[in-house]
Amino acid sequence: MSSHLLLTAAVEAEHHIPVVAPTGADGVFSLLWLIIALPLFGAAVLLLGGKYTDKWGHYLGAGLPIGSFVISLICFFSVLGRDDADRQVSQHLFDWIQTGGLDIGMDLLYDPLSAMFLLLITGVGSLIHVYSIGYMAHDPRRRRFFGYLNLFVAAMLMLVLSENYVGLFLGWEGVGLASYLLIGFWQHKPSAAAAAKKAFVINRVGDMGMALAIFLMFVTFGTLSFSGISAAVSAGDAIGALDESTLNWIGVLLLIGACGKSAQVPLQAWLLDAMEGPTPVSALIHAATMVTAGVYLITRSNFIFELAPTAQTAVVIVATVTLLWGAILGCAKDDIKKGLAGSTMSQIGYMMLGAGLGVAGYAFAIFHLLTHGFFKANMFLGAGSVMHAMDDDVDMRHYGGLQKLLPVTFLTFAMGYLAIIGFPGFSGFFSKDKIIEVALTENLLVGLCALLGAGITGFYMTRMMLLTFFTKQRWEDGVHPHESPAVMTVPLIVLAALSVLGGVMLAGDWIVDFLSPVVGHAAHEEPPLPAIVITLIVVLVVGVGVALAFLLFQRRDVPREAPTDVSFVTKAARADLYGDAINDGLVVRPTGQLVTALVASDRGVVDGAFTGGATVVGGIGQGLRRLQTGYVRSYALSVLGGALILVLTLVAVNL
Amino acid sequence: MPEFSKPTLEYVELLPLFVVFGAACAGVLVEAFFPRERRRLPQILVTVGGLVAALAATIWIATDIEVHADGAARGLVGAEGSIIVDGPTLYLWGLLLVFGILGTALFAERRLEGGLSSFAGQAAALPGTEAERLAATKGLDHTEVYPLLLFAIGGMLLFPASGDLLTMFVALEVLSLPLYLLCGLARRRRLLSQEAALKYFLLGAFSSGFFLYGAALVYGYAGSVSFAGIDQAVRAGNGDHGLLLGGIALLAVGLLFKVGAAPFQAWTPDVYQGAPTAVTAFMSAATKIAAFGALLRLFYVAFDAERWSWQPMLAVVAIATMLLGAVLAVVQTDVKRMLAYSAVAHTGFLLTGMIGAQGTGDLAIGQYSSLEGVLFYLTTYGFASVGAFALVTVVRDAGGEATGTAAWTGLGKRSPLVAGAFAFFLLSMAGIPLTSGFVGKWAVFTSAMSAGFWPVVLVAIGTSIVAVYFYIRHIRVMFFSDPDPDGTAAVSEPSLLTVGTVAICLAATVVLGVVPGPVLDLVGSAGDFIR
Repeated sequence: MSSHLLLTAAVEAEHHIPVVAPTGADGVFSLLWLIIALPLFGAAVLLLGGKYTDKWGHYLGAGLPIGSFVISLICFFSVLGRDDADRQVSQHLFDWIQTGGLDIGMDLLYDPLSAMFLLLITGVGSLIHVYSIGYMAHDPRRRRFFGYLNLFVAAMLMLVLSENYVGLFLGWEGVGLASYLLIGFWQHKPSAAAAAKKAFVINRVGDMGMALAIFLMFVTFGTLSFSGISAAVSAGDAIGALDESTLNWIGVLLLIGACGKSAQVPLQAWLLDAMEGPTPVSALIHAATMVTAGVYLITRSNFIFELAPTAQTAVVIVATVTLLWGAILGCAKDDIKKGLAGSTMSQIGYMMLGAGLGVAGYAFAIFHLLTHGFFKANMFLGAGSVMHAMDDDVDMRHYGGLQKLLPVTFLTFAMGYLAIIGFPGFSGFFSKDKIIEVALTENLLVGLCALLGAGITGFYMTRMMLLTFFTKQRWEDGVHPHESPAVMTVPLIVLAALSVLGGVMLAGDWIVDFLSPVVGHAAHEEPPLPAIVITLIVVLVVGVGVALAFLLFQRRDVPREAPTDVSFVTKAARADLYGDAINDGLVVRPTGQLVTALVASDRGVVDGAFTGGATVVGGIGQGLRRLQTGYVRSYALSVLGGALILVLTLVAVNL
Repeated sequence: MPEFSKPTLEYVELLPLFVVFGAACAGVLVEAFFPRERRRLPQILVTVGGLVAALAATIWIATDIEVHADGAARGLVGAEGSIIVDGPTLYLWGLLLVFGILGTALFAERRLEGGLSSFAGQAAALPGTEAERLAATKGLDHTEVYPLLLFAIGGMLLFPASGDLLTMFVALEVLSLPLYLLCGLARRRRLLSQEAALKYFLLGAFSSGFFLYGAALVYGYAGSVSFAGIDQAVRAGNGDHGLLLGGIALLAVGLLFKVGAAPFQAWTPDVYQGAPTAVTAFMSAATKIAAFGALLRLFYVAFDAERWSWQPMLAVVAIATMLLGAVLAVVQTDVKRMLAYSAVAHTGFLLTGMIGAQGTGDLAIGQYSSLEGVLFYLTTYGFASVGAFALVTVVRDAGGEATGTAAWTGLGKRSPLVAGAFAFFLLSMAGIPLTSGFVGKWAVFTSAMSAGFWPVVLVAIGTSIVAVYFYIRHIRVMFFSDPDPDGTAAVSEPSLLTVGTVAICLAATVVLGVVPGPVLDLVGSAGDFIR
């Protein structure tokens, strides 16, 4: 080994490589499996039970995630009572795959990271289930909807509870399937079916990266469990026996997987189309939980990324591009859900940025993920409530002045709004501010981009707020906006409260300490400016964005139809920054042409060879058939000829 | 003048032969002493009793045969060197007796013809005459078919067990003559049946002549007719090599005729079509098994040292046989003829396995020898073939069995069970994985491949694809074509005899495809020929 490598190893060893070393599950933790099993049971009953469960199915479907939430809560409180070192618990359910060198158990891992996710998924999930009882009340296929929703929850819980990458991949594919089914839930609409297909196909690209990463990890480490790999990495790091390029490849492949699931550039194009699904789906899957799986994956794989600087840089670049990309899209969309979707993309960019920044950022990434889960679910459900009131119209240009007619929706939406723009004191203020601060510390350019993104966020969210609840009413006579029933507004109120108060998790750096057994403790680094100054700058930039939106939309009349004589930037943003065009040009059309060429060659060459072959065989057969005259004499002649041939071959061989 | 010494016979080890021939003679006595209308049941009892007893004896012998003096094989040389009871012999005996029992069940089927067997009421009556009608209305039946069957089986048992050329020739005749007769006894389409019998007889006699001539030449070369003696002479390499080569070729003609290899296959479609289908079913499996047993013994024991001469010869024959069988099967419009050509193609596949002969030292550890491959293939093919022909007997219209392909259109809708079972047998013959045919093909192809005959294997794979085409085409006809409104056949309800036969064949085909291990082990434990 060269001295250079040793030196590198010595430098790297300063990093803290967290090792996953869980203890066995006992007490309440022996119920871990039940957290997954409850919604899975619900999905099985609702999907297999058919119409017999129509009457009560939605109550079962909403009740089971609540059960999971209760268990998660109990687990959370009992883990709080433990020492830091004792906060990782694993439960071995059964041996899953055992062949040769591959030995994979169905193991669950409960640690502070999965604890946070469990609370988010089951908590927000339960609220959205309850909301859906009202939202889907008039849908004839409501039972099936709840079945899919339970399936999603079960898969998502599997994803965050698995102790190895194979179980994680099982959940990963499970949420992909549920997402596909739910985006295309209104399958009678061609646009919904197409959107589901698009999401599925783009996610396949990411999943391929994920699968390759798993293969590469198995080849490299011979195991796929988090504890096994983290121990191997830590041990290898200690003696400098690690091949950094392999780790970088694993990291980049994991990032590709994360990009697909979390709608990061360049695999972002499906998320806006996914808004074709029912609004609770958009809230649960495409805002609060599933799309954050990429952030979970990278945080969970911190033992890889800590030693893969190139992959980490790639994460930061992807995240920065995405957070601006999504924000720009959000500015130009008139469809309220698509506007929110662009915003989701942008906010996940912030989380990815945090995760890409390493030990200093993991905890804040997860923190932002949680607060975003609250306020974005809140706003999506609020948007659903608005749509409910407006006869399923999603065009914000047809809204206006709704704050009086939908008071509860307005107030809760406003809480979410204030949280996302980072109004001081609201949850988003704390979480986003922290990420920007870390980004500025690590890299000035990235930090400035994040700062700019915050300003744009202020702009497009204010625009949405104004177009929907303020300004003049623009809806037509037949529409009679009304407040939603309590079953829908109560979850809104709960989520709004969480959006406001979510910031308490940062009180006394609680969440940073809580997550430290998983992600490690960062050595303190001084930001380029005092933290308070950065905070003031952020607030200022956001304020500029808000003011700009106010000037543009509150003061002027908003036309019912989107104006066409707009700037190049607006046109580009309306066209999703040509994301689809890029995909079309780079992938879809070349693939189409390739397939067309293949089909043509299949017709011409393969089919030709086949039918030609069949014709030739048939022709030969017809010819040979004439030899079968039915006359014994000609048969005898062929026997004689055959005897001659045999003799001749024997002689020929022996010549 | 030399003193005459009494030959010693190993009565215990030759018990199956004695039992079968004894039962056949008893059957003749039954014909002589029982009144015509009461002969059927005793005949069936004698036949089945004899076959089951012989099978039991075979199994009993097989459980405690001892290692032969040469150490390589197990068994013994009996009857003064003319009969050899070794592992392959016993395996083939068991197989032949099982198919004999299944054949007897098909012979005894009477429900399909409305209470009559499928054999002519009075074979001597000219077709279309008053006498024939009278025999039909009186419900006459030829129960001689059972002793004939037993004699044929006896010959078949002797054929692969023979230890010298003369015994082999006698066995050839003993098995052939009853078959010629049986082929001419169809109740329906008698002219076709009689023509088939006559053709089979004439060509069989012709090829027997070749066999005899070959035997004479080989004797001229080796000075011995026993396989062990010939083997020694060939290894010593003295004598006129031309005599040996001529002898090998002419002996091969006689045996290749029996297995239906090209260009000696011409009789196969005519005879398979003309013979009563029960006979065809039995013959297609048993004759092939017995004749391949004889071929293997002759070439693997007597001419082992001359392997480099006859392997190319058989390779040429195998290629021609596979091509001819598969290509001609494509253009057939009659189910029985299609199955006949498919039988020809399977002969080619079996020959492909046979040319894979290698010295025991050349085999990789755990690799199946070509002998084992061929024996396994014979097992799988036998069950599929008997089952398929048995099903042909139940698809009928007003004129008896409806063998035209057109009549089978849409059978899958009317009788899904029969069509499904038939399709399964066809798939097995085609060698689709999870059927026994796949394992069999795999075994013979790999043995030919490892012996270096890859061009033959390439042809074999190519013809397998052609064969898949015509098998699948027939399945398509049964399941995916709309039935012809006029004159399509229906399935008659057979008795338990046919149903049981089909069920056994179906079960064997499934089991051999899914868990071939036990039978492969059995074939492996049969070991090698005694040299």
